[in-house]
Amino acid sequence: MQVQRLIATVEALEVIEKLKREYGELVFNQSGGCCDGTAPMCYEKKDFHVPSRNIKMGEVGGCEFFIDKDQFEYFRYSQIILDVKEEKAAFGNSFSLEIDEGYQFITRSRIFTDEENKSLA
Amino acid sequence: MAYSKPTYKPRYENFIGGEWVAPLNGEYFDNLSPVDGEILTKIPRSSTADVDAAVAAGVKAFETYKHTSVIERSTLLNKIADAIEANLEALAVAETLDNGKAIRETLNADVPLVVDHFRYFASVIRAESGTVSDLDENTISQEIHEPLGVVAQIIPWNFPLLMAAWKIAPAIAAGNCVVLKPASATPMSILILMETIQDILPKGVVNIINGAGGKIGKHLSTHPDIKKVGFTGETTTGQLIMQYATENIIPSTLELGGKSPNVFFESIMAKDDEFFDKAIEGLVLFAFNSGEVCTCPSRALIQESIYEPFMKRVLERVKAITQENPLDPTTKMGAQASVNQKEKILEYIKIGKAEGAECLIGGDEYKNKTFPKGNYIQPTIFKGHNKMRIFQEEIFGPVLCVTTFKDEAEALAIANDTIYGLGSGVWSRDAHQLHSMSRGIEAGRVWVNCYHLYPSHASFGGYKKSGIGRETHMMMLNAYRHTKNILTSFNKNKLGFF
Repeated sequence: MQVQRLIATVEALEVIEKLKREYGELVFNQSGGCCDGTAPMCYEKKDFHVPSRNIKMGEVGGCEFFIDKDQFEYFRYSQIILDVKEEKAAFGNSFSLEIDEGYQFITRSRIFTDEENKSLA
Repeated sequence: MAYSKPTYKPRYENFIGGEWVAPLNGEYFDNLSPVDGEILTKIPRSSTADVDAAVAAGVKAFETYKHTSVIERSTLLNKIADAIEANLEALAVAETLDNGKAIRETLNADVPLVVDHFRYFASVIRAESGTVSDLDENTISQEIHEPLGVVAQIIPWNFPLLMAAWKIAPAIAAGNCVVLKPASATPMSILILMETIQDILPKGVVNIINGAGGKIGKHLSTHPDIKKVGFTGETTTGQLIMQYATENIIPSTLELGGKSPNVFFESIMAKDDEFFDKAIEGLVLFAFNSGEVCTCPSRALIQESIYEPFMKRVLERVKAITQENPLDPTTKMGAQASVNQKEKILEYIKIGKAEGAECLIGGDEYKNKTFPKGNYIQPTIFKGHNKMRIFQEEIFGPVLCVTTFKDEAEALAIANDTIYGLGSGVWSRDAHQLHSMSRGIEAGRVWVNCYHLYPSHASFGGYKKSGIGRETHMMMLNAYRHTKNILTSFNKNKLGFF
């Protein structure tokens, strides 16, 4: 079976469906840096112009998921698992849409095995 | 002796037009303290209608405020500084409970720096001027500064009061009015600060709106009456804010974090003296503010010839970090700002171990006996190499990644092998080495034989993906105002074209 760079938990997919009902088409971009960095940002597709050189990691719940080209160099040896948790209080200062609904998307990681890295090369 | 936890109001409101205003939808969220996991107070979960009210209050206030003299604004900022200084302890306790950081930091760094920041901008605006040029015998060109109007400021949760001061002080010193959105994890201390200065501030000059960033962040950033957006946070929302800024063709300044190298050359160990002691502390400063600093020296590069003896001394110093009660002035490191942040740090510790990095100390959460429901992480050091994810991604916790280098050229290559360029440190007894390294490092701040100093009048900002703009310096004033050119001819004669 093809090794996937990006998968999502059932719970994350449920929240994506909920957000799609409210906002329409969505797009994900893996963030970096200060504070809420290294979290996936979920925006309305019409709202966020995905930087043209970003790399597409895959799709989750029918939404494209991108990452900065330079950041991808360090993520390429990891499988990204998009997960979500309830977050009713301390939801940072990003503009990601799920925080208005009391959730926070999380990027979990699993380092690929040597065989998996070979099959992705 | 530890400070006791005060009782705060059961709920706070938004601060709009000089009044405490409930959110129109009547919704609130719990503000938890990371110190003990208990509810501190309740905070408005505002909607776009509240944003409109805050912006309208700013627009109304600007009609008057834009005409204030430099003397009036300078006096205002000095009064704000005095009021904060008079309430320093109470604000420090609130900051520790809201953010989790140790009280010795809020008492000696955060709040005194807030006070100084207002005083700095109060003074520099008295001593600057526009320019006048004699373009020719009868033509005078004047460059005059004018404020932008109402500006939006979206601030982070790692230094809630200080980041508010960094943004508010230059904006109002330059004659603007502000709509500020605190980070939802740490809204309370800013609201207490507003209570402290509300009788000093003209109504509507500073407005505070609380809530989650998604809807109100977009509404605020795209509002046609907002003339500039300042943001500190992660990179993707920074990009989104720049995109929003294109809608109304307004400027934005962004501070987006870093993965700062702290470089230690072998000459630091030439003597076992007070300077070597300072260098050890310089490395252990990764644990300052529980590691939640955009400039956290989170990558230590150590010359291989001194690695073993230097690290031995460093680990002794890290072992001495005490964590138990952040409200106790003897506690050296506090809590992480939220459960979410704690889990993110633990996820990175897991990644580091899976990547094959060697954990030299820590590597787990800290079981706090006093506050078992608080968010605590042990100060952690990994040894690995610069291509690992833990060396490249901002963990925003007390997790240091250490690697070694052979010579100066390799040190510089590793230091610059990052997408960020915010902070950096260089430690050496060799003046030439200090100079060539500090010029070679691609970052907005190079600390030379020091680290984590944030004085006013030393500019702060990023190279590369760490952002755009320079704070903590009077040059920030120009990021909050227009330049108007008044070109006057005293020549009575026409041009002669028509």
